[in-house]
Amino acid sequence: MEELDITAAKENLPQVLGFVGSRLDEVKCADKVRMQIEIAVEEVFVNIASYAYDPEAGSATIRVEISGDPLTVTMSFIDCGRPYDPLAKPDPDLKRRFGERKNGGLGIFMTKKSMDEIAYEYKDGKNILTLKKNIIREGHTNG
Amino acid sequence: MDIGMNKSGNELTISLEGRLDTLTSPELEKKLDSALDGIKKLTFDLKGLKYISSAGLRVLAAAMDIMEDRGEMFVANANDDVRDVFEITGFIEDLNMI
Repeated sequence: MEELDITAAKENLPQVLGFVGSRLDEVKCADKVRMQIEIAVEEVFVNIASYAYDPEAGSATIRVEISGDPLTVTMSFIDCGRPYDPLAKPDPDLKRRFGERKNGGLGIFMTKKSMDEIAYEYKDGKNILTLKKNIIREGHTNG
Repeated sequence: MDIGMNKSGNELTISLEGRLDTLTSPELEKKLDSALDGIKKLTFDLKGLKYISSAGLRVLAAAMDIMEDRGEMFVANANDDVRDVFEITGFIEDLNMI
């Protein structure tokens, strides 16, 4: 398991993606799965950066572990901001035109669709969002 | 991200290359503000677009809103991964894909 502690600010997104991406490089993760993982990382980290600590800045911890058979990436996003369960947010109404949907919920919806499992807990004053995704390696078309 | 603009009369093609995400979407949004004046046909060429997040979708949706009263908007050459994002979000139903 590897861990990154970083200020929860949007401009740190490239560092967070780089941290997760180098783990994915090590196992030669296929591009399609990588994009799905990157979407989840962006949506979750930007959510923390935007809402967890507003107006003051705080930090986020990102843990990544890749293990198992089938190979699975497990990522945890931990912050000490206000308690917030993103999974409680209703999914956007897909029947409505995109521009007419009420704001919000799109990022976490994309995260849910991109990942295989998501769990939220609030423990010891911390929001902990854990995401799991089976990894397909380069050269394998399906999984 | 690279943003290319090719204007011909009242038609504008915007080519996007790279990543349309939280950090790059504001740049596109800003450019759209002035670029869409007098445009009746807007085409986004996504051939070089490798990644799109919800922030990117919102900018495309905003452009679609603006174009609704003025003419047409098309999205061309999206790769499979970007198209998947359009599909899972239901955005594909609203887009004119070519």
